[in-house]
Amino acid sequence: MLVDHAASGQTAQKHTLVALVENKPGVLNRVASLFRRRNFNIDSLAVGTTDDPKVSRMTIVVDASRTSAAMVERNLYKLVNVIDVQDVTHLPTVVRELALIKVRVENTQKRSEIKQLADMFESRVVDVKTDTLIIEMVGDEEKVDGILNVLNDYGILEVVRTGRVAMTRGAAHVVPDQDDVAFSSNGHSHP
Amino acid sequence: MKLTGAQIIWETLLQQGATLVFGYPGGAILPAYDALYDYRDRIRHVLVRHEENAALAADSYARATGKVGVCMATSGPGATNLVTGLANAMMDSSPIVAITGQVSSNLVGTDAFQETDVTGVTIPVTKHNYLVTDVKELAQVLAEAFYIARSGRPGPVLIDICKDVQQQTVEYEPITSVKLKGYRAIKPMHKQNIPGLVTDAATLINAAKRPIILAGQGIKHGGAHGELCELINKAGIPVATTLLGIGVLSEDHPLNLRMMGMHGEAYVNMAIANADLLIALGMRFDDRVTGNLAQYAKNAKVIHVDIDAAEVGKNVPTDVGIVGNVKSVLQALIPQVANGSHKDWVGTINAWRDDTKSRDVLAQELPDNMLLAPHVIRGIWEATKGECTIATDVGQNQMWETQYFQHTRRNQLITSGGLGTMGFALPASIGAKLGRPDDEVWAVAGDGGFQMSIPELATLVQEKLNVKIAVINNHFLGMVRQWQDLIHNKRYSQTQMWTPNFQKLADAYGIKGLRATTQSEMRQIIAEARATDGPVLCEFVVEPEMNVFPMVMPGKALDEMTRRQPAALGTGMDAIK
Ligand SMILES: Cc1ncc(C[n+]2csc(CCOP(=O)(O)OP(=O)(O)O)c2C)c(N)n1
Ligand SMILES: [Mg+2]
Repeated sequence: MLVDHAASGQTAQKHTLVALVENKPGVLNRVASLFRRRNFNIDSLAVGTTDDPKVSRMTIVVDASRTSAAMVERNLYKLVNVIDVQDVTHLPTVVRELALIKVRVENTQKRSEIKQLADMFESRVVDVKTDTLIIEMVGDEEKVDGILNVLNDYGILEVVRTGRVAMTRGAAHVVPDQDDVAFSSNGHSHP
Repeated sequence: MKLTGAQIIWETLLQQGATLVFGYPGGAILPAYDALYDYRDRIRHVLVRHEENAALAADSYARATGKVGVCMATSGPGATNLVTGLANAMMDSSPIVAITGQVSSNLVGTDAFQETDVTGVTIPVTKHNYLVTDVKELAQVLAEAFYIARSGRPGPVLIDICKDVQQQTVEYEPITSVKLKGYRAIKPMHKQNIPGLVTDAATLINAAKRPIILAGQGIKHGGAHGELCELINKAGIPVATTLLGIGVLSEDHPLNLRMMGMHGEAYVNMAIANADLLIALGMRFDDRVTGNLAQYAKNAKVIHVDIDAAEVGKNVPTDVGIVGNVKSVLQALIPQVANGSHKDWVGTINAWRDDTKSRDVLAQELPDNMLLAPHVIRGIWEATKGECTIATDVGQNQMWETQYFQHTRRNQLITSGGLGTMGFALPASIGAKLGRPDDEVWAVAGDGGFQMSIPELATLVQEKLNVKIAVINNHFLGMVRQWQDLIHNKRYSQTQMWTPNFQKLADAYGIKGLRATTQSEMRQIIAEARATDGPVLCEFVVEPEMNVFPMVMPGKALDEMTRRQPAALGTGMDAIK
């Protein structure tokens, strides 16, 4: 049965959708246009290439309290360049986000404090200047939120977050191949 | 075989069986038009007077024939003029292919003369679109466009072809199949167990005491008229249609309640509001059909069958949602549905129906000099015995057509539903006449909508199309005036309309112009128009301030209709208001 996840008791706030799309010019525009046109509220959208140069992968986070994830999924599916969409929210999934955080460093003592905090979050310091540090944090959003929270006390100067990327555990995400559609005439049905 | 891009366009069209194109030339599409010169004995090109009407006529042609309609325009203003027509086809799921010229590929992005980002502009109003910058892709893209336009839920596809691509030469092989990585005609979500769902649907149907079928245009696209009829004859379930669903079942079938929604007759909406099961087939619960959603069919379970997964559960939560072709779903469903008649339920509805009849304005004697729009529609219906194709415009004239014309033929009415595009009737009648040359074709338009497409009279004449035009002249943008009357305290802001002398106008175009101001004149000029060989422009000067009832006011539940008083309660103007 076709069920709307949002309406069926599976009430996870944030839904993660993984879309495989054709790597062609303008595809991101089509996806963005769809979200705008349908008034879909999207928390984040991360796009990147895959092992197949013809295919890109999008991870889309939908705030299900405001937008039906099922409707986002079904509408994405309608785009001709979208090869496959999966709502992985309820599947065993590895979810990661990368953040770069530039923090103010007032003195050497603060620097080592910050370095220690970074270690505790299993993040890395990737740039050191006399009065700043850049920390590279990889983790799920909660962990990223966590480090941002504690670093706030030192003075955060700049943050960039990639948004969520996700991959289901176990077997690969296989997309059924499309059969050739042969045609001969223009006839399509009625009257 | 070596061909230019321009020649490939026409070869592909021929291969696709598309021998009719509505279009308008210009600089960026000039090579295609030059090549057309050599195809002019195999491809008919209809030169419209505005590109919007090329798209609307192609849309109507598609509805009249079931084939893909084709329109063509130049870059920039030509292409942007198509947008309304594309949006119309998108809303009403009409299969059309629009071909536009684009500036040469080396100029794209430079704000060259007549350059508009047409693929960007039309993303929201097309099922898909393409920009072709390489002639080697052209044949493939054209083939894909036709396939996408007509398969699954049909819709418009635009191909923007750079001028140099039209001029370049390439080795051409006819494309005989397409393979699209992402596109599936039907894209069901999750793995649906269709046989299981059909059984679930049959269980609900067999248990229902007050079921009603809501039939939409999907029945037409799926060619499921026969299956629909079989289902209702077997199970005795009444049917209400959407505006675009008119013509999926003859309106003289006793179980066809006719059109539902904002201006559906009261008994139809009451039947829906009181139903315990809605069986929605190929329709999408548009807001004009449901009224206030929170109060919509509160006690009904819902079965929804549609080819588009994104429509199932969009507006109305479903108990059984099936994504698929309505014809094959019905074929699987019918054997599992029990024989029945739902006598009590149909009896209840028929009692409501009698009450509706008692409020019919045409049920009362009105003086001959009081000509109402419903008289005109009924007059056309009586004169043609219902044997014609009607293309309507938008507004009161459109709603009266649905109420006072009894549609007994399949897919007889061609009208702009989802977009409500004023100016549709005349270009639509052109598309319809070319698609159904042996049919009598009437365009029914208001004075406002007709004035939006007057220039297409020239197209009618140039193409020698025998179309009869009925302009219902109430000297108002009637439907807007009605809202101002009922909702805005009669403040008639910018809805009164001066109209030209339509007989002189007809004269200027060299066609017959007729005018009626009374009921008897109305009958006379309809007869004269029908007896005339060639287009006729008939103007019917009707009561200016009549409203279309019933009406579900914005925000109201479907069965909270504002209705006309029973005939006994008033006479003359009081009765029609
Ligand atoms: C292109 C366009 N512009 C505006 C509207 C809004 N609109 C809907 S009905 C209507 C009035 C139509 O007037 P007329 O063509 O005279 O028909 P009537 O309602 O009087 O029968 C208007 C302005 C529309 N539907 N389409
Ligand atoms: Mg009018």
